[in-house]
Amino acid sequence: MKTTQISVFMENKNGRLAEITRLLADNGISLKAVTIADTADFGILRLIVKDPDRTRDVLLDAGFTARETDVLAVALEDTPGALADVMKLFEENQVNIEYLYSILAGNGGKADIVFKVEDLEKGQAILKENGYTRPLDL
Amino acid sequence: MIWNAVRESEDPEKRRSRQLADLKDLVAKLYNRVDFYRKKMDAAGVKPSDINTLEDISKLPFTTKDDLRETYPYGLLAADESDIVEIHTSSGTTGTPVVDAYTRNDMEIWSEVMARCLMMAGAEKGDVVQNGYGYGMFTGGLGVHYGAHAIGCNTIPIGGGNTERQLQLMRDFGSTILTCTPSYSLYMAEVAKEMGIDFSELKLKSGIFGAEPWSDNMRREIEEKLSLKAYDIYGLTEIIGPGVSCECEAQNGLHINEDHFYPEIINPETGDVLPDGEKGELVFTTLTKTGTPLLRYRTRDITWLERGECSCGRNLVRMHRLLGRTDDMMIIRGVNVFPSQIENILMDIEETQPHYQIVIDRGDKHLDDVELRVEVEPKFFSDETKELERISRKIAEAMKNKLGVNLRIKLVEPKSIERSMGKAKRVIDKRTL
Repeated sequence: MKTTQISVFMENKNGRLAEITRLLADNGISLKAVTIADTADFGILRLIVKDPDRTRDVLLDAGFTARETDVLAVALEDTPGALADVMKLFEENQVNIEYLYSILAGNGGKADIVFKVEDLEKGQAILKENGYTRPLDL
Repeated sequence: MIWNAVRESEDPEKRRSRQLADLKDLVAKLYNRVDFYRKKMDAAGVKPSDINTLEDISKLPFTTKDDLRETYPYGLLAADESDIVEIHTSSGTTGTPVVDAYTRNDMEIWSEVMARCLMMAGAEKGDVVQNGYGYGMFTGGLGVHYGAHAIGCNTIPIGGGNTERQLQLMRDFGSTILTCTPSYSLYMAEVAKEMGIDFSELKLKSGIFGAEPWSDNMRREIEEKLSLKAYDIYGLTEIIGPGVSCECEAQNGLHINEDHFYPEIINPETGDVLPDGEKGELVFTTLTKTGTPLLRYRTRDITWLERGECSCGRNLVRMHRLLGRTDDMMIIRGVNVFPSQIENILMDIEETQPHYQIVIDRGDKHLDDVELRVEVEPKFFSDETKELERISRKIAEAMKNKLGVNLRIKLVEPKSIERSMGKAKRVIDKRTL
């Protein structure tokens, strides 16, 4: 469930995202999830990949500011209310969510979600207790 | 009109002989009364008796801004503390201010030289002077105020800001002379347009602008937009504040009140005195002040001098509009800022490294807009936007508190700041002055 996310600092300027995605492609890195948090001045690209350490090194070598962060990747049922159930669980147990995003392709009827929570260990324990698992291909 | 025709149009030889007499008195007094100067002169091997011609001034040691900081607050005081009636300070790189302490004599000089300057720019009794320079420790506001009172002008002490109110007063009281920074005057023009006030219908005839760099192009723009004649005024707190020099109707250099502030142009590298017409660093000796007189004070401003009769009737030596600085000081909205200050502030913020660049521009509103680009170090990079925004705010607040100016902070990618010859270019000034 605990998964390593790569985040990359990006100035808001033309072609930046194209450069990063090309760099990853050239290094044969496949993206499992991708999202951008943006402000008026800058963006943070967040990635879930198979080999985070190598991905980070590729990015750092190319001069990007990148870092690894622990997040929770969870396989949810692809049905209405599945996310609401997890939210309720987090709320009842006072696990604060910093952000969340979905994984690109769900597997076997699952809709996979990535959560960044304040207290990672607690969040993971609660999910495990309630029978949640990590996505199949992570 | 000329405020003091006897002095401002005096026979050059007579003027020189009084400058020499004043210089001798000053050097003797400083040698006897101020430890700092006596030590400096002893180290340079010069005695008051060595000063026999005006040219002998070159034997005297220079005084620098660092000297002023090191002697803060009263190390250069040449009068009894009880004879000081007012002090002004200006901020410096390290946070230690420099002080100008005025005796009654100095206040009279200040009023006199400011009255001369205002009159060079067309002021006379009956004029309404709207004073948009800041009042307080900054010398701009009070300097203009004293000079305007000496002439007997109706003085509106509004200070900086309050633009709508400025325009309203200007219209209702028929202000004829505006004093403020050049960039603020253009901002006023913008606001006036929004308020439906037409400058050509106001009574303004002169604008006296200073405290920041500007150019002839900007002069043309101001004269056109504000329907007035724009004059450049120069001064610095250390010397007296505004009133050191000002343009006359000829708009061909600024007449220096040289009977009070003796100018020299030196080669900033060697310290050698340069002949008239050659560009170099402007140095002043305050011949007549008694509170904190300065010997050969290095202004770091670059200009050149020109002598001779002026079409205005004065023959006070003229300094050309400033050409630059010998150091890297920037003037942002009238505040002096050194890149080293920005560097020090960034060093104090644990999340950042001093990898930065300052981009100064004059925005649509004609006010200096300063963007401080800070490279995001892996050390402080976070996957959360709110954390980066917190750091950005922290930098902005530190700059505001320590420099007194608002800077827009822009976080940029590491190594994205242009480096030439391996050295980062710290300041990009896009202001078209």
